Amino acid sequence: METRRVPRAVSDPKVRQVGFFAPGAPPDRSQSGPPHPASSSPPVSEISPSGNSLSPVMIPPPRHLSADLARGPHFSPAAPLSPMRAARDSIPVGSYNPSEFVAPTASEFTDDALSPNWTARRSNSGKFASSLPAGGFDMSSLKQNNFPASSLTTVSIVNMPPGITEKDGGAGVEVQKERSKTGSKASLKPLKEQTTKAERRAIQEAQRAAKAATKGDGSKTPAASSGLGSSANANPGKAAKASPQKKDNSPVAASEKRGSDRPQDKDRKKDVPHPRMQFDDKSRVEKAKKRSVVKQTEAKNRVELFRHLPQYEHGTRLPELESKLFQLDPVHPAVYKVGLRYLAGDISGGNARCIAMLQAFQESIKDYSTPPEKALIRDLTSKINSYVSFLIECRPLSISMGNAIRFLKSKIAKLSLALSESEAKAILLSDIDRFINEKIILADKVIVRHAVTKIRDGDVLLTYGSSSAVELLLIHAHELGKNFRVVVVDSRPKLEGKLLLRRLVGKGISCTYTHINAVSYIMHEVTRVFLGASSVLSNGTVYSRVGTACVAMVAHQFRVPVLICCEAYKFHERVQLDSICSNELGDPDMIAKVPGRKEIDSLDDWANSDNLQLLNLIYDATPSDYVSMIITDYDTSH
Amino acid sequence: MDFQVVVLAGGFSKTLVPLVSKEVPKALLPVANRPVLSYVLELLEQNNLKDLIVVVESESAALLIGGWISSAYVDRLHVEVAAVPEEIGTAGALRAIDHHLTASDILVVSGDLVCDVPPGVVAATHRRHDAVVTAMLCSNPVSGSTESGSSGVKDKAKKRYNIIGLDPTKQFLLHVAAGVEVEKDVRVQKSILRAVGQMDIRADLMDAHMYAFKRSVLQEVLNQKEAFQSLRRDVLPYLVRSQLRSELLLNGVQSEENGNDKDASQNPKIVLSQLLANASTPSFHELQHALGPNGFSLSPRKTHKCCVYIASNSNYCVRLNTIQAFSDINRDVIGDASHLSGYSFSAQNNIIDPSAVLGSKTTVGPQCMLGEGSQMGDKCSVKKSVIGRHCRIGSNVKIVNSIVMNHVTIGDGCSIQGSVVCSNVQLLERVVLKDCQVGAGFVVIAGSEHKGESLAKKEK
Repeated sequence: METRRVPRAVSDPKVRQVGFFAPGAPPDRSQSGPPHPASSSPPVSEISPSGNSLSPVMIPPPRHLSADLARGPHFSPAAPLSPMRAARDSIPVGSYNPSEFVAPTASEFTDDALSPNWTARRSNSGKFASSLPAGGFDMSSLKQNNFPASSLTTVSIVNMPPGITEKDGGAGVEVQKERSKTGSKASLKPLKEQTTKAERRAIQEAQRAAKAATKGDGSKTPAASSGLGSSANANPGKAAKASPQKKDNSPVAASEKRGSDRPQDKDRKKDVPHPRMQFDDKSRVEKAKKRSVVKQTEAKNRVELFRHLPQYEHGTRLPELESKLFQLDPVHPAVYKVGLRYLAGDISGGNARCIAMLQAFQESIKDYSTPPEKALIRDLTSKINSYVSFLIECRPLSISMGNAIRFLKSKIAKLSLALSESEAKAILLSDIDRFINEKIILADKVIVRHAVTKIRDGDVLLTYGSSSAVELLLIHAHELGKNFRVVVVDSRPKLEGKLLLRRLVGKGISCTYTHINAVSYIMHEVTRVFLGASSVLSNGTVYSRVGTACVAMVAHQFRVPVLICCEAYKFHERVQLDSICSNELGDPDMIAKVPGRKEIDSLDDWANSDNLQLLNLIYDATPSDYVSMIITDYDTSH
Repeated sequence: MDFQVVVLAGGFSKTLVPLVSKEVPKALLPVANRPVLSYVLELLEQNNLKDLIVVVESESAALLIGGWISSAYVDRLHVEVAAVPEEIGTAGALRAIDHHLTASDILVVSGDLVCDVPPGVVAATHRRHDAVVTAMLCSNPVSGSTESGSSGVKDKAKKRYNIIGLDPTKQFLLHVAAGVEVEKDVRVQKSILRAVGQMDIRADLMDAHMYAFKRSVLQEVLNQKEAFQSLRRDVLPYLVRSQLRSELLLNGVQSEENGNDKDASQNPKIVLSQLLANASTPSFHELQHALGPNGFSLSPRKTHKCCVYIASNSNYCVRLNTIQAFSDINRDVIGDASHLSGYSFSAQNNIIDPSAVLGSKTTVGPQCMLGEGSQMGDKCSVKKSVIGRHCRIGSNVKIVNSIVMNHVTIGDGCSIQGSVVCSNVQLLERVVLKDCQVGAGFVVIAGSEHKGESLAKKEK
């Protein structure tokens, strides 16, 4: 499903280019055409001989009415609204050729352009809501009316002009008229793309077929029709695009599956943005921005290779979020505080971030009470989801956090329904406690116990950055009375090693401190390299603080064993070969500015220069070839 | 967000006589024809803070303010008004409502604050650092301290300087000295200076009287130090002074840190807190003891953090605590900071109520405001002034840089410059006022000229 979602995401903007897929359309129609008469109710099918009138079967009269009602507030001021509307919907409306617009045809198209469903589909439904004028109907009503409204669209797409008004029947007539008014107005707008009837028809049919499929799965009434809908797809654009390829091998099963997948899919999308959003995809970024709580100004000059990663102007985000403190009611204060600290960079390090997040979730669960008529399992999950998406906006999740969230969600999902609220909460709280204690604290202890056996007297240990596990290890080894020296290698801009150094020196361990530039010189005297990791991926790649790969490779070159200390909960099944496709970008200002040395701040106004891009990469991937051993809480692996 | 908001609305402030009278407590002084308190309340409302406690000095003021709030904010805000005795100070006022404070943090806002800084930023800074107190500072108002014209003010000689010490990151408050203390030498604590290493001393910042306090700490300080009267002069300096040798019983991580090292490796909680502490960017509070003289850590002492939020210069933030400030704020709200007023300005950049009547050849310049039902005669001229509701102004009247409140009658040929004319005042013909304050209900006799005077009825 993952893989399927991604191409769809890409195809989203293609809705605009719908016209280019014209050649594929006719077969599509021919496929979808025949099955429908069989399932449609007799009177209607008489009216529309082409057999496209499947939908009246699916429109139970009350629903139909409600759809009209929902449109009511919209259409009554249709005339004054229409220019604006047309502008907003300029893509669908504007893409038709005016020469084609005989009055009835116009009405048919406005139908498309104006039907909430149509727009909602294009915009992943979030955009639509936000683009509505304040007086418009809210999302919930839109949701409810999604299907009836869409089937209404389906009704009027028939290319038989006389059929339209008749089919809609008495109730629909007035609406239809008004619509046609709006439509004709809208159609006067300057048009950019040209579409032929066949193309349009292809889209509409695809859409209708999709509707049929979804509907069949959702409400079991016209079960027969759903299976037969040919290349049904949730997304009209996709359908249009897919149709040329899928000419004859009508993938019935696939379409059905897709239909049934979609609702869940949609739900999830609503709560959490896609974890691997490609940030060079402009339309998706726009959508995500509308959803987001933190105002995110995209940094302007980003490094070409890393455009797909989110990079914001860091200076603006914190004050923006801060000023909204009291407007963010749904976010629990504890979660908010953690998010704020992520954003400000007050907490870093995989373990600490994970623990802080889990503790915030604990707080929020403590204060949680199930709203009436809702199930704790579902409501709490959606709450956690919203917290998670808030945290993602503050800073992308680390893999450790992702795993912890997955753990928590599965625990919530597995709660028995028979439990009372307080029992369920107590169970969850203790579960989280157990996770922290067993997977992090205890795991670290086990790792330290394993790893300390690798330290011999007289060793010179090198570590890079500041890893909590390595720190515990060094301190423990020191407490055991082992005689060793530590080389702390550090790098700009965060200089995390300084704090580690401070603590190690405080414990009385003899240390050497150097920057990564000098790592090849100091490596001569080193006997072991101990590194922490943000994650270990399933191909053995170690994903860690940027610079780790460099240290590991230098050590490899000098035949110094590289030992990675990583808790098992940080493992991830992903496979990653480079540091480009998935990474995190830090604040470029951090590398542009040197604290305390104003005289060399020559990059002060770098953001204004178009031909200068700064890259502050946070992580890198170390191939498994350069790692001698990974020490986890379960075992060590070579 | 678990914040409780306390608005300190004051009472009948002495420094604002004659503007303040029995009928008009300080909080209800009109700024652009709206009580000054409404600016704070609206700021809070915009930020979704709808549960407020308004503390007012003296019962009669509480009645007036409560009445106004219930008429203006019914169904919009949930406001509780608490009356406290006069002259007990801001700390005393909080002490009096101590038992109503329940949330984990308290946001204390002065009722005379006119600003557009969202209180969220203060609260967020407070939360982020887990501070005991966070104060908002803003730059000194431009003309507020230079009491140029208004010679009627008694305390004009006392310039309100604040000496404020900040750490290099401008996040923590290291030193506060206010008002009179500045005359003497500035004494900076060695221990704090040693811990931080560097301190910025600023004199250009003003305490905006918007504080976030940790409730437990605030209550503890108020209860232990009975003598503390003012938040700004007593409580805040105390907290700042003692931040490295905290006497407060802070619950939470800090008390656990006292456990000695041998337990530390056993107790998962301590390991946890240490892990978190190591991972977070330390402030000087944590660092100061990490490296003792021998390179060994000493036992950590309890500390607490006092944070600041410094409003940027683009924000407007002024307190109405002097007569000069009153004129300044009125001028700014219809002028430079017009977004605060909540009115929409006409093309001429002024606000004239549709029900106001202007005579022929009367001009109302930009940055002026004319309230509803006011009438002006012929050949009048109004510049940079606020005129309240239902005023009757004769012909040939000049009003420049002034504030005329409600129901004022101004005779023909008057000239008013840089003055404040309170409600129900009568100015007979050909009165000339320059830099004067005229108390409520006063009658200025015909043809008189006043310059820099404070005219008010004798209190009986």
